[in-house]
Amino acid sequence: MSTATPPPVSTEMAEDETHVEAKTPHGSGGSGRRFGRSATGNAARAVTNPWASAVAIIMALAWTTPTVGLLVTSFRNQQDIQETGWWQALSTGFTLDNYSQVLGGAEGQPPLTDFIVNSFVIAIPAVFLPLLLASLASYAFAWIDFPFRNALFVGVFALQIVPLQIALLPLVTMYQQIGINGTYWALWLSHSAFALPLAVFLLHNFMKEIPASLLEAARVDGAGHVRIFFQVLLPLITPALASFGIFQFLWVWNDLLVAITMLGGNAGEGSLAPLTMVLNNISGTLGNRWYLMSAAAFISIAFPVAVFLSLQRYFVRGLLAGGTKG
Amino acid sequence: MALITTRKVLAVAGVAALSLTTAACGSSSDGGGGSESTGPDTTDYSDWCGMKSELQGKSVSIYTSIVTPEDASHKASYKEFEDCTGVKINYEGDKDFEKNLPQRAQSGNLPDIAFIPQPGLLQTMVDTGLAIPASETVGKEVDEYFGEDWRKYGSVDDELYAAPLGANVKSYVWYSPKMFKDKGYEVPTTWDDLMSLTEKIAADDPGAKPWCAGFGSGTATGWPGTDWLEDVLLRTAGPDVYDQWVDHSIPFNDPKVSEALGKVAAILKDPKYTNGGFGDPSTIATTQFQDGGQPILKNKCYMHRQASFYASNWPEGTKVAEDGDVWAFYLPSVDESSKPVLGGGEFVATFRDAPEVKAFAAFLASPDWANAKAKATKGGGWVSANKGLEVKNLVSPIDQQSAEILQDPKAVFRFDGSDMMPSAVGAGTFWTQMTNWVKGQDDKTTLDNIEQSWPQN
Repeated sequence: MSTATPPPVSTEMAEDETHVEAKTPHGSGGSGRRFGRSATGNAARAVTNPWASAVAIIMALAWTTPTVGLLVTSFRNQQDIQETGWWQALSTGFTLDNYSQVLGGAEGQPPLTDFIVNSFVIAIPAVFLPLLLASLASYAFAWIDFPFRNALFVGVFALQIVPLQIALLPLVTMYQQIGINGTYWALWLSHSAFALPLAVFLLHNFMKEIPASLLEAARVDGAGHVRIFFQVLLPLITPALASFGIFQFLWVWNDLLVAITMLGGNAGEGSLAPLTMVLNNISGTLGNRWYLMSAAAFISIAFPVAVFLSLQRYFVRGLLAGGTKG
Repeated sequence: MALITTRKVLAVAGVAALSLTTAACGSSSDGGGGSESTGPDTTDYSDWCGMKSELQGKSVSIYTSIVTPEDASHKASYKEFEDCTGVKINYEGDKDFEKNLPQRAQSGNLPDIAFIPQPGLLQTMVDTGLAIPASETVGKEVDEYFGEDWRKYGSVDDELYAAPLGANVKSYVWYSPKMFKDKGYEVPTTWDDLMSLTEKIAADDPGAKPWCAGFGSGTATGWPGTDWLEDVLLRTAGPDVYDQWVDHSIPFNDPKVSEALGKVAAILKDPKYTNGGFGDPSTIATTQFQDGGQPILKNKCYMHRQASFYASNWPEGTKVAEDGDVWAFYLPSVDESSKPVLGGGEFVATFRDAPEVKAFAAFLASPDWANAKAKATKGGGWVSANKGLEVKNLVSPIDQQSAEILQDPKAVFRFDGSDMMPSAVGAGTFWTQMTNWVKGQDDKTTLDNIEQSWPQN
């Protein structure tokens, strides 16, 4: 039985593939479709085009400048922010006050660390639960023959179209009836439910791509569905799992709507509220502590950025492999 | 068709699975409550402290728009009640309260008590049939300690549902007492005085301007403009016309309203008078309301009309007092014979018919609570229209002045009109059109546009 995974693709190669993928739809200057090193050469030439570079740089600047401004603002005190723009920050000096107020829990606010823990408690099961369910479901959709399989798959896929806002109130009513509204269960179940259609679709495409011969070989060796799933398929679809995991983590981490609907608005002592709820409330009832918001936002961003950076090579590979299946 | 059926099957299967797996968790207490009783409850709840045997161990959930740090003093002010009755108060603050409360009514997830900051929202909640009329005790407290105006705002169809809680005074003009003293200016007491002072400042000090303002407030940009118009209309046309204007029995673009808007324009749209510290009048639209009055501290601007809660926007270390860095005077009326006050406040609506909820509502309506809250609000920034509130219990001078204004027998209180108009206007076109207006759109177009957007029914 073959359980060996293919040799891991190096990051460099994955990037080369990216350029090839990006390049081919446009053709390559009349010289026909190329492969291997020359494709890399084309790709290299394409990205060194001065105009393309200029456009890319302008876009990158336009995209990051407001973020940089926000970052600089988060290190300035209230009066400086009000009186001068962030680009004049060098002449007015910096302070860590905003961060210490946010982290230490300014005026009657419990320390932020409580809510960071809450956010993780919400996000981690809300990522793994749909991953588990979706990988099982997509295995069934991809490799088990059962009646109405295609119709069901289309049905699941179509559920992506339903905006979650429509489902929110009925869900709360249901949770209310079974007594789990206002608990983490409500959030875990809702996030899983909202994530499943896309997860099933994405992982299904991945699973379908795995050569049937590999599964047949495993079956000949006497492996059942469970064994094939855990020992043959799961290792192969790790990039897809990781890329969807990032997606889902970012979504759950940044979610306010679902949390505020299911948990209520409580952000006080001992509450279950996630970080986003604190961000929403941190400026105070009348908004007079607005200057804390940029610092709080950057603290909140730090975690998804860390997750993204540590898993990003899977992210790119997973997206491409899942999305470009011909 | 096949698709829809599939989805239905899936949904049904999902519901079944959920209820199977979690039925063991038990169901939560019914938050909705009912309003079977038709008339008000006649039980006497004023002696809540003597009801310990009945109330011990119960809990009351309250849901409010008041979040940290302002919630700390609220929680502290309930201590007396909690100690005395053994009832536990669960406080929940949410900045999206106005949006979420009707939604929670729909999903059967209502709190026992909600502090509703808009009479319009109270009406909506009463229309759901889930709100419970105030008990007789609360009615008595309101009659004794609040003005008739306040009772009206807490009532729907002449039935009292909610007692007033906190209040704020919007008819304020912030200024620097020191600048006024240096130049020998007097605080104006009539509208004409105010205008001649404005003219005088503009002539005296070319380096500054008499007024500064900021309408910017994210998605709510424009609301300070609506306050301006309301405050002036209340003065030029009187409270009765104001009421008719708010409930749309006179059109939004009534000549009396244009007259008031003209008076506002005479200040806000005159480049000689605004916008001190920022530039010409059009900068009002882009200046954040929190920043709007700050030029007073830099001697760039003399006056800034904004509510009492603007006190918390001054940078740390600013002394807010009659002899301090900044202070506020009452926006003068046309003459001194009348004293209209524009403001806002919260109302205590109840949604569960239980003695602990009614006892707590009675406590909140009483002067006991108002004074406890005043003492608990160490940093200032809170006031109530409760006449039993002792002014000396309030910490900050501006709160004391607000309480005096609210308790003044001459004062005629009117609720912020934009909070009572249909939200398409009050939280929509009124804001956006006032913003366009200050950018240069003329008075008539502005009022006509708002009138046109009033929902037909």
